[in-house]
Amino acid sequence: MSIILNHISKRFGNFTALNDINLEIPEGELVALLGPSGCGKTTLLRIIAGLERADSGQVLLKGEDKTHKDIRERGIGFVFQHYALFRHMTVFENIAFGLRVKPRKLRPNEAEIHKKVHALLELVQLDWLHNRYPDQLSGGQRQRIALARALAVEPEVLLLDEPFGALDASVRKDLRLWLRHLHENLNVTSIFVTHDQEEAMEVANRVVVFNHGNLEQQGTPSEIYDNPANEFVSRFIGDTNVISLGHHNTEWLKLSGLVITPDASNSVHIRPHDLDIIKSNTDSAATATLKDWQHLGALIRIELAKKGVNGSPEIIYAQMPNEQFKRLQLSKGDRVDLHIRHAHWFDAA
Amino acid sequence: MNTHKLTKVALNDPVWVRYSLIAVSLTTIGLFLLLPLVTIFIEAFAKGWQKYATELSDPNALAAIRLTLWVAFLCVPLTTVFGLASAWAIARFEFRGKSILTTLIDLPFSVSPVTAGLIFVLLFGAQGWFGEWLRDHDIKIIFATTGIVLATLFITCPFVARELIPLMQEMGNEEEEAALSLGASGWTTFWRVTLPNIKWGLLYGVVLCNARAMGEFGAVSVVSGHIQGLTNTLPLHVENTYNEYNAVGAFAAASLLTVLAVVTLVLKSFLEWQQQRDSDSRAPSEQ
Repeated sequence: MSIILNHISKRFGNFTALNDINLEIPEGELVALLGPSGCGKTTLLRIIAGLERADSGQVLLKGEDKTHKDIRERGIGFVFQHYALFRHMTVFENIAFGLRVKPRKLRPNEAEIHKKVHALLELVQLDWLHNRYPDQLSGGQRQRIALARALAVEPEVLLLDEPFGALDASVRKDLRLWLRHLHENLNVTSIFVTHDQEEAMEVANRVVVFNHGNLEQQGTPSEIYDNPANEFVSRFIGDTNVISLGHHNTEWLKLSGLVITPDASNSVHIRPHDLDIIKSNTDSAATATLKDWQHLGALIRIELAKKGVNGSPEIIYAQMPNEQFKRLQLSKGDRVDLHIRHAHWFDAA
Repeated sequence: MNTHKLTKVALNDPVWVRYSLIAVSLTTIGLFLLLPLVTIFIEAFAKGWQKYATELSDPNALAAIRLTLWVAFLCVPLTTVFGLASAWAIARFEFRGKSILTTLIDLPFSVSPVTAGLIFVLLFGAQGWFGEWLRDHDIKIIFATTGIVLATLFITCPFVARELIPLMQEMGNEEEEAALSLGASGWTTFWRVTLPNIKWGLLYGVVLCNARAMGEFGAVSVVSGHIQGLTNTLPLHVENTYNEYNAVGAFAAASLLTVLAVVTLVLKSFLEWQQQRDSDSRAPSEQ
């Protein structure tokens, strides 16, 4: 089911939670609403669900205006951040709940409920837990039961609030992949909220970035990573070196191969992996001192010190594969030439 | 709280300190609680079983028992509904005057019951604000069951609400939102999700409320008029018979109230234990 949001705004007292949000989500997508905490992403999710009312704007589901419709009439499934499983019911009864509360005419009989619940339990690979109570499950298991419960009513949109927020790092990794595969199989339009950019990039096929109630950018993960729309997105997604375009920096940037029109921006953003280094014997404006490096698995992060304003060193980071770094045969204190392969800058705000 | 048997050396006072503290507590409880309790039964049965039974089957005693049950039967459900409604409002909604409501709910605890009774006399008594109007319409509140019920309601209205407010605030409303998102109506959500989660707390409040409704003396005494066989509740009946130098009658009636107290105590402990179990099982779920 496609989702269209028209000019959604929401305030809480003096605080603007959402500022004129326009968003279109085509059917079958897996979308991440990404942003730092307090940016309005959860509020937007709750407005789509009907758990919250927007002050102004429209919510269209499948082309129909559902702005004033109750959560029950929207055909959505909601997975809460802390799962909100019914603690006095078994796993089986939790999943069956949505079926049992249907109006009598639509309610399946006991045998159908049984079949459906077990099918869902198999889908989330937890059939052996059907007799347990929520407090007897691990966090990851609860998460999957919450998902199965939401899917029981066959929602046309699945909304997940920080689905991995409360889990251990290792469980989180597995569940991310699992969610992605589940989405491929079910093909239900799904939206999840996260503050973790890595998670958004890994799981979603579209990412929508929010900050302070504004929609900053939307696109595929690669569009957002390669062409950030503004400073905020560039800083928030992935690592970046932010070099202010003061007088002392223009020279080495030019020497390192970066040509920018002056006055276009206050600063230039260079991703660590877009910065090459070569051993150098000269001492030009475009050289830096190798301070230290850290192993990040397949990659090496290199800490470089550049002479900044009034002689105090400015730290910039480069990143390259392990092998490449070994071939350079560098040691601490060496001088290196910098070469910028790619950079971003934005219109001065 | 689990009662782990830790030997805290620093807190291990000398033997004589420990024993004298224990002795003081036990003596106090024995002298001021157990002894009077035993006396009630000794006095009640002082002239044998027969006399005890006769006193309790006296028409006035029976009328008092009936009235007490009737008042509790009316007050407890009303207090429960009020408690649920106000706890729901306070735990779930933000509204103007919420803190005033929270404070006012406790008012009956801080007002002397006699004062509470007097308020109703001032309002509805013959010389009261609405006295004339009530007389013209032939409605009797003071010196009648209605007045007793009103006074009891005033005294007991905080019991259920006070139990439920912290419980519902702690629970949050995610489970209810989940139920709504799964298509449940408001009613269904209340019956199937909210109520099972608060049932022990609710019953606890109801038990305490019932004990107070049956045992209330001060407020009821002011509005009842002590009409034997008509407006005497059990506690008032105890006073009446005692003032008539009928010790066995007074203590027989008192023994009934004592049994009520013991039953309440047992139920209360059971409910506390159940609640504890529930919150223990809840604790690990909040990682």
